[in-house]
Amino acid sequence: MGQISLKSVDQVVIKFTGDSGDGMQLVGNQLTALAAVSGNDVNSLPDYPSEIRAPAGTVAGISGFQIALGSRDIHTAGDAPDVLVAMNPAAVQHSYKHVVKGGMIITDSDMFTEKAMEKVGFKSNPCTDGTLAGYDVKSIPFTTLTREALKDLDMGPKDKDRCKNFFVLGVLVWLFNKNPQDVLNFINTKFGKKLPKIAEANTIVFKAGLNYGETTVMFQQRYDLKAATIEPGFYRNITGNEAAALGLIAAAKKSNMQLLLGSYPITPATDILHEVSKHKNFGAITMQMEDEIAGICAAIGGAFAGKLAVTTTSGPGLALKGEALGLAVIMEIPLVIVNVQRGGPSTGLPTKTEQSDLLQAMYGRNGDSPMPVIAAGSPDDCFMAAFEACQIAIKYRTPVLLLTDGYIGQGSCPWKVPLESELPSFEANFTKEDADFKSYRRDPETLARNIAIPGTKGLQHRVGSLEKDVLTGAVSHVPMNHQIMTDIRKNKVAGIVRDVPNAVVNGKESGKVLVIGWGGTYGAVKGAVDRLILQGKSVSSINLRWINPFPANLAKIIANFDKVLIPELNTGQLSVLIRSQFLVDTVSLNKVQGDPFREYEVIDKVNEMLGE
Amino acid sequence: MTTTVNEVMDKNYFTSKAEVKWCPGCGDYAIINSVKGAMVNRAKPRDEVAIVSGIGCSSRFPYYMETYGFHTIHGRAAAIASGLKVGKPDLDVWVISGDGDSTAIGGNHWIHAIRRNINLNYVLINNKIYGLTKGQYSPTSEMGQITKTTPYGVIDYPMNPLVTALGIGGTFVARSIDKDVKMGEEICTRGANHPGFSLMEMYSNCVIFNDGAHDKITGKDKADFTIHVQHGKKLIFGVENNLCLVQDGFRIKMAKVSDVAESAIIVHDETNLQLATLLADMAPSKGQPVALGVIYCDPAKKSYDFMVHEQVQQVIASKGEQPLDKLLRAGDTWTISTTLCNASGCKTV
Repeated sequence: MGQISLKSVDQVVIKFTGDSGDGMQLVGNQLTALAAVSGNDVNSLPDYPSEIRAPAGTVAGISGFQIALGSRDIHTAGDAPDVLVAMNPAAVQHSYKHVVKGGMIITDSDMFTEKAMEKVGFKSNPCTDGTLAGYDVKSIPFTTLTREALKDLDMGPKDKDRCKNFFVLGVLVWLFNKNPQDVLNFINTKFGKKLPKIAEANTIVFKAGLNYGETTVMFQQRYDLKAATIEPGFYRNITGNEAAALGLIAAAKKSNMQLLLGSYPITPATDILHEVSKHKNFGAITMQMEDEIAGICAAIGGAFAGKLAVTTTSGPGLALKGEALGLAVIMEIPLVIVNVQRGGPSTGLPTKTEQSDLLQAMYGRNGDSPMPVIAAGSPDDCFMAAFEACQIAIKYRTPVLLLTDGYIGQGSCPWKVPLESELPSFEANFTKEDADFKSYRRDPETLARNIAIPGTKGLQHRVGSLEKDVLTGAVSHVPMNHQIMTDIRKNKVAGIVRDVPNAVVNGKESGKVLVIGWGGTYGAVKGAVDRLILQGKSVSSINLRWINPFPANLAKIIANFDKVLIPELNTGQLSVLIRSQFLVDTVSLNKVQGDPFREYEVIDKVNEMLGE
Repeated sequence: MTTTVNEVMDKNYFTSKAEVKWCPGCGDYAIINSVKGAMVNRAKPRDEVAIVSGIGCSSRFPYYMETYGFHTIHGRAAAIASGLKVGKPDLDVWVISGDGDSTAIGGNHWIHAIRRNINLNYVLINNKIYGLTKGQYSPTSEMGQITKTTPYGVIDYPMNPLVTALGIGGTFVARSIDKDVKMGEEICTRGANHPGFSLMEMYSNCVIFNDGAHDKITGKDKADFTIHVQHGKKLIFGVENNLCLVQDGFRIKMAKVSDVAESAIIVHDETNLQLATLLADMAPSKGQPVALGVIYCDPAKKSYDFMVHEQVQQVIASKGEQPLDKLLRAGDTWTISTTLCNASGCKTV
C-alpha cells in the first residue's frame, strides 16, 4: 500500500450535483464554511432548476453547487471543476463535460442501475465504458455504505438514505484535509436538540465517510490548501441577498429611521424579503403586498410617511414597477429599489443569472426620468451597496436603483463584518418648522428638495404625479417650468457624482487593453486580469460600481488605453452607455447562458485583442 | 400656513386655496362638502390628515383640501395609502377614488386593502362612467349602456363594490348619494371613526358623460327607490312610508306595510353580514330600492396597520432590541488574526 501524499494547491474548484433533495446545497455550504473557517478564501455559486422538485433522476432535475477554495484571493466560484461530486447518472450526464481534463469525478455507484442510466441516455455504465476516460473516477457505493453504517440504528430506510450526503461530506473533509470537528459541531447545533436521532445518524455516517477516505486506497493523495492571505478581521460567510438585507437594516439604524420594505416574492430576490422579515426586533416593517406594483407603492407611501423605504424585486417585477418609479422620480422622495437580475426577457430564466436589466434600470420609465443606478460587485459588496443606496436616496431625495444579480445574490463569500461604529451615520433632515415652507425649494448644492412629512405641524401641502411648480410643488403646466424641472431632475442625478468614488484601476494606469466590469462580472474580470498581469500583459481593469452617474475619472481612464473590453452577461448594454457617453469604440464580450463568466473566457478575449 | 390654536375647525379650515376645476354641476362638489363635514366632526387638526388619490376627476380632490395630500397614479391609491398608514398610523388617511380607479385598474389593490382591514377611510365616488378620459364605460356601468367604447351597449356584467367588499371581509360598508350632503357626512363620519377599512360608496352624477344615471334615486320619487338603513330601526321606506322589507326564506323582499304583521318587518342590524349583503345587493333594476346609510359595521376586527406595529413590539419584547453588531456578527463566523512585528516587538491583532 503506497503512502498517501499531500498535494499542495492554491485553488480547487468543486462542483456538487444531485437530485433536488439529495442535500447537495447543504454539503456545499458546509464545505464552504469549513474552508472559510480554516482560512481559505471561498466563493460559491448555487445552481438549481426553477421546478421545485423536477422528476428525480433526470438531467432537468439536477441541483448544483459550485465552490472555489483557495489560498489566494478568490473572485469567482471558479472556471471548471477540479472535482465533481455527482450523485447519480443524471448528475454525471449534467456536468461531467465541464470537469477539467484529468479532474476527479466522485459518484455513487449504487445509483447506476440500468434504468437510471437509460433514463439519461447512457447505453452502458459511463464509469467503466470509456465515457469518462481521462477523468479520475471514484465510484463509491455511498448508499450501501450509508445503510451499512446505520444498520444498528432504529430508523426507516428512507431516513437512513437521506443521511448519504454526510457520508459524502466525510469523504470530502478527509480529501481536503479539513477539521472534522467543525462538521460534528454543526450536526450537533442543527439537529442535536430537536432531532437527536438524526444527529446521531449523521454523526455516524459522517465519521464513516472520514474513515472511508482514510482506510481505502482509493485516493492516492489529499489536497492541502494553505490559508489565504486575508485581511485580518472578523468574518462571516454571507450571500448577497442576506448582505443586502443587513445593509438596509444597518442603514435604518445609522439614519435613525424605521425601515419599511414593501415587496412581492420573486426569484431570485425573495431572500432579501425573507431576511428582513426575520429582524422585526430592529423595528423593520415588511409588507408583503398583493403584487409588484403594490410592493413599490407601499414603499412610496412609506417614503411619504418619512420611513426608510425600500422595495425588492427581479427583472419582470421591475418592469411592473415602472410607472411607480416615475412617480418616485417626479415626487423626488427617498426610495431604494433592489433588482436582483435574472435571465430575461419576460419570465425568462427565473433561477439563472444575467445582467440584462441595465437599460431597463437606466431608462425603463416614461418621460425623461433619471435615476441613480448602483451595482454591487460581489456577495459581500451587497451590504455596502445597499447601505450606500440608502445614503444617496436620503441625501438627494431620489429613488435609487441597486442592481445585483442571481449569481451574487445567491452566491456566498466571506464578508469582513464592519462594526456599527465604523459605519457612517446620516440624517434625513426632514423639515420640522418653516414659516415659509415650499415643498420644492432645494438645497443649492445637492438640489435635494424640502420634505415635510404628514403630521408635521402646520406644513400641510399637496404633492403628486403631475408636473410641479419649480418652487411650490403645486401642479404646473407652464411650458418653461417643465423645461426647468426636467433639467433640474437631470442635473440633480448627475450631481450625485460628487459622492461617487473615483474608479480604481487594477493594474497600470495606461496600456493596451482596459477591461471594464460592472456588478457581478467584477470577480471574473478581476481574477482574469490579475492572471494576465502576472503574465506581463499590458492589460488593466476597473469595476464600475456606479453606473449612473459614472465615476468622474472614467473618461480619463478610458482615454489612457488603446482598447476597451466590456464583458457583460447581456448583449452589450453597458457598451451602449459607454459608447454613447464617451464616444469610444468598445469591444463587447457577451454571454447569456444563465451562467457567470469564467475567468478563462475573459483571458481568451483579451489575448485575442492583444493579437496573441 | 401655521395652525393657530384659536382657529375654528369648520369646513373652511379644510379648504385649500386651489381653484376647484370640476365641471359645473358635478356631484363631486357635494361630496367634498360631505367629506369636509366628516373631518370637522372627526376634529383632527388638518396637519394630521392625509388624503391620497389615484387618477381621475375625483382624484383631484386632495388639491382642494388644506391637508397633506398625495395625488398618485392610476389605480394605486390604496397601495400607496397602505404604506402611508403603516408608516404613520396616527394620521387620518383618506383615499378618494373613482369607480374606474378603484374597481378596474386598481381592483387588486382595493380588494387587498379591504381584505387586510387597514384603517383607511376610502371614499369611492361612483359615477358609473370614465369621466377624465371622456366617456367610456366603467366596471360599474349598467348592462346595455351606450358609451363611446360601447356604441352598441355594454355587455360586461357590472360590479357591485359593496357586495364585493362584504365578500372579502370588509368591516365597514356604507353608501350615499351626492345630493344628500347630510347623509354623506353621516356615513363619512362613522367611517372615519371606524377602526378598520371603511368603504363609503358615494354615487355622483357626471353631468357631461352620464347625466341622470342616478335620477331614479335622486328624483322626486326617490323615497320609493331608496331606503335609508339605520341600525336598530325597521326597514320601512317609500314616499308615504308605506313600503318595507321582510324576510323571504333566505332572501328579503319588498312588501306593503299594510300587508304584513309589524313584527315581520326586518329591523336593521348593521352587524349582520348576511343581511348587509342582501341589502347591499338591492338595485332598482331588480325592482328593489337602493340601500343607503351604514349597511355593515364590524369594529371588532383588528386593523392591519395596528397588527403590523403590535407584531414589531411583540418581537422586540421577546427578542429584545439587539445591538446592530450582534445581528451583523451572527451565523458562521471566524476571526483572521495576524502577527505584526516592528522595532518594539510583535503583537497579534
